[in-house]
Amino acid sequence: MSQIKKENKRTGVFTRRALLLGAGQVGVFGLLAAKLYQVQVVEGQRYSTLAESNRISARLIAPPRGRILDRFGAVVGGNRLNWRASLTAEQTADVGATLDTFGRIVPLADHDRARIDRELRRRRRFIPIIVREFLTWEEMARIEVNAPDLPGIFVDVGTTRLYPQGPALAHVVGYVAPPSEGDMGDDAMLALPGIRIGRNGMEKAQDLKLRGRAGAVQMEVNSVGRMIRELDRQEGTPGQDLGLTIDVGLQNSVLRRLGDESASAVVMDCRNGEVLAMTTNPSFDPSLFNSGVSQAQWVQWTSNRKAPLINKAASGLYAPGSTFKMVVGMAGLEAKAISPGDRISCPGFLDLGDTRFHCWSKNGHGALDLRGAIKNSCDVFFYEVARRVGIDKVAAMANRFGIGVELEVELPGVRKGLMPTRAWRMGQGKAWNIGDTISCGIGQGYIQTTPLALCTYVSRVATGRAMQPHLTRTLGGVLQRGSKAEDWPLLGLPERGMHILRDGMWAVVNEGGGTAPVARIASTGVQMAGKTGSTQVRRVSREQRERGFRSDQLPWEFRPHALFVCYAPYDNPRYAVSVVVEHGNAGAAAAAPLARDIMIDVLTRDPAGHTDAPGQRVAEGFRPT
Amino acid sequence: MITARRLIRAEPSFGLTTKLWQISWAYVLLLCMLAGVGYVALYSAAGGSPEPYASKHILRFGFSLVMMLCIALVDIRFIARFSYLVYGVSVALLVLVLRMGHVGKGAQRWIEIGGLQLQPSELAKIGLVMALAAWFHKATWERMGNPLFLIPPIIMVLVPVGLILKEPNLGTAVITGIVGGAVFLGAGLRWWKVVLVALPVPFAAQFAFNHLHDYQRARITTFMNPESDPLGAGYNIIQSKIALGSGGLWGKGFLQGTQGHLNFLPEKQTDFIFTMLAEEFGLVGGLALMAVLFCIVMGAMGMALRFRHQYGRLLAMGIGVNFCMYVFVNIAMVMGAIPVGGVPLPLVSHGGSAMLTVMFGFGLLMSVHVHRDVEFSDGRDD
Repeated sequence: MSQIKKENKRTGVFTRRALLLGAGQVGVFGLLAAKLYQVQVVEGQRYSTLAESNRISARLIAPPRGRILDRFGAVVGGNRLNWRASLTAEQTADVGATLDTFGRIVPLADHDRARIDRELRRRRRFIPIIVREFLTWEEMARIEVNAPDLPGIFVDVGTTRLYPQGPALAHVVGYVAPPSEGDMGDDAMLALPGIRIGRNGMEKAQDLKLRGRAGAVQMEVNSVGRMIRELDRQEGTPGQDLGLTIDVGLQNSVLRRLGDESASAVVMDCRNGEVLAMTTNPSFDPSLFNSGVSQAQWVQWTSNRKAPLINKAASGLYAPGSTFKMVVGMAGLEAKAISPGDRISCPGFLDLGDTRFHCWSKNGHGALDLRGAIKNSCDVFFYEVARRVGIDKVAAMANRFGIGVELEVELPGVRKGLMPTRAWRMGQGKAWNIGDTISCGIGQGYIQTTPLALCTYVSRVATGRAMQPHLTRTLGGVLQRGSKAEDWPLLGLPERGMHILRDGMWAVVNEGGGTAPVARIASTGVQMAGKTGSTQVRRVSREQRERGFRSDQLPWEFRPHALFVCYAPYDNPRYAVSVVVEHGNAGAAAAAPLARDIMIDVLTRDPAGHTDAPGQRVAEGFRPT
Repeated sequence: MITARRLIRAEPSFGLTTKLWQISWAYVLLLCMLAGVGYVALYSAAGGSPEPYASKHILRFGFSLVMMLCIALVDIRFIARFSYLVYGVSVALLVLVLRMGHVGKGAQRWIEIGGLQLQPSELAKIGLVMALAAWFHKATWERMGNPLFLIPPIIMVLVPVGLILKEPNLGTAVITGIVGGAVFLGAGLRWWKVVLVALPVPFAAQFAFNHLHDYQRARITTFMNPESDPLGAGYNIIQSKIALGSGGLWGKGFLQGTQGHLNFLPEKQTDFIFTMLAEEFGLVGGLALMAVLFCIVMGAMGMALRFRHQYGRLLAMGIGVNFCMYVFVNIAMVMGAIPVGGVPLPLVSHGGSAMLTVMFGFGLLMSVHVHRDVEFSDGRDD
């Protein structure tokens, strides 16, 4: 019986232990169920979001960049088809062998090979990698013929930016480049491979309009990113075409006239501020930026003292010199410091305290009124007017004419220049000196301005309207506001005084004894009005003057700049031109003939006369101020 | 009087028809349900096609089921004689797999026999349970108190566990150890001895961790913090949790699981089959599957309680614990509750050898059930 008892004891132990294990197993399943509830229900929402972001991927489609046209529709910034060979790694058994074969058909540089290897490691095997860009027809044909030996290689087409005018419009049109890290923030499209953004000129100024809006494809992807199906597609908006105010024919013609000079010329429609030509010499080839600029090229650009990378028309700063005299004259009239008929006597100098300020004419001009002072460019007259008016009123008048203020031109890098005032000088911690006012009276001293501002200034003198220079004429084929004279407000200056300024400028060119008879247009019946200027780069001492100083004997970089501003026709102003020849010596000798030839060219072409196409709409929302 | 009644029923007149009648068909139905779930899951894992997984799966199950029923009809006392042989063969296969096994994922785990991939570690667990049951079948209460008597079974456990660790397959090694321990417990090992054995385990674990392969160590560290390395070793766990969580209460619907069908879920036809199902059928589906698994485990434990001979009940318990451990390790692993261990979900995951050995185990269980009341001497008096 003890046997049975022992057996029962063993059974009892087993039963207890088995029940214990069973309870443990129930616990295990309970834990699993609880954990499953936690993952699927409590945290479910969070994981659902993660699953969706796993599943759905959006791919942007870059729209074609808008073209840039001149006012007659000639393409100055366009898209060129760029034939390129790409490789899909998963479609070839041996990537290395395929590339070797490719290299025998179309030469492949070592750095290309290194870049391909780098991208191969980085990207999934089904994503194509660009092997060679800018293929010629012949190269493409060679690749197509050898296609059976090149598994995984295919030829497709992308776009690259093309600038048919090259250096001629480089500073106006600008150029594009791949976006940098800093540009990435605002637009996801910029992360797309091969995308370019405007880096300079109008490409930069109207970048958002030219860029357009990217389309997007929403797609379901698998774990390695391959598309399974398309879920949604939004078409993008192509970039808008930008119509410039520039006349390419005129632009090139002006550039040819500038020749080898380090010079700048701006031509404007003086009724509405449309910039017809904006030239700077020398220039650079913008397409070099597309594929990357070499070190040697860069050094050559930056070490050239004629500064080809700087847009002298908008960013080059020069003292306006005698071209400034109309501002001083008008300031005198406005402040009633002089009246139209008042004469001031010029003995050849003005003594102020113990300083003597010389007129350019050693023997003086005698008694002159404002018209005569402009005609003869008499320095003493304007010294005296400036002295009477004071610098602050001169500065205010200069600002009304567009000198020393921000112009509303779209170009990046346009410089405001400087129109000094007492407050400005005090900001520097110095007191304004009466001698400074005298210098400013003839456009010297601290005053600095650009050829573009000078052209604006002379346009405002000619028309009496506060037009702003601008380069955008149409966007997406729609004429923008500002192309009519009435779009711009009047300056509100007395017409009688303005007439004296214009009359004086007419006399400069067309009357015997004027300072720029060379600028007279002899051949046609049209007459132009203008004003010379030459500004010292270095101060000339009295000793030098008395020794018979000749500025054209100085080294090039110390010679004065030569300036000329003009408009035509005299009796019905249509075009304004400003010319600055760096270190060109006297304005009358170096700049005036250039300006004359340019003006004859403009009048002959008459670009503003026949581009107001009927039926063009005026866009809303653009308000010149 | 228990003995007398037992003698009366344990007659050789026990015919084939009677035996068939004695099989627990309800239990067989449960197994068929589980295999059916496997078919559905594998159909979905193949992107809505019976090829290449689901049709093979059901074929294998049919074959395994027949094998199981055949084993069920064999007298358990006859089977018991081969306990040590099965154990010996499985240990020999473990040695063989170390010498010439196929390497998968950096470990030697399977060998090919006649076109069938066999994982000896699966068989080793059944063999171990059989051998231990046979050993403790003879164990009286007094003998259980004798430490010398306990040394051979301890060695019986340590040999396969060590070999499996060397493969290396940490998950299966741990399961094997636990299954062996469960049999010890059922055999009546005194509690203080259990504690004595359990005490060094943390130190052994520390020692083992230091000697683990890098990929195993990575599994454990990323388990602690899976987000620390979302694209590396933690990727599987994160994607599995995302799949489970996005399934929610009712799931995304059959064949609609995005994580699974877009390949974010790794090894969805084997280790992560539960995730695949729970993504498509939600918490409801997941719990339903767990209910079936629970019934199978509890069924085995229930049978164990009803058996009168020590060999049968230890065997049944071992098989039940083994299955339970399978389920626990697999489901806990896909939920990120324990480190990934390469343990499939039996009868649901794609894979022949696991199914074959599991069904072999259930065949033994059923044989015990059919012969639950036979006289099975422990050899002490005869």
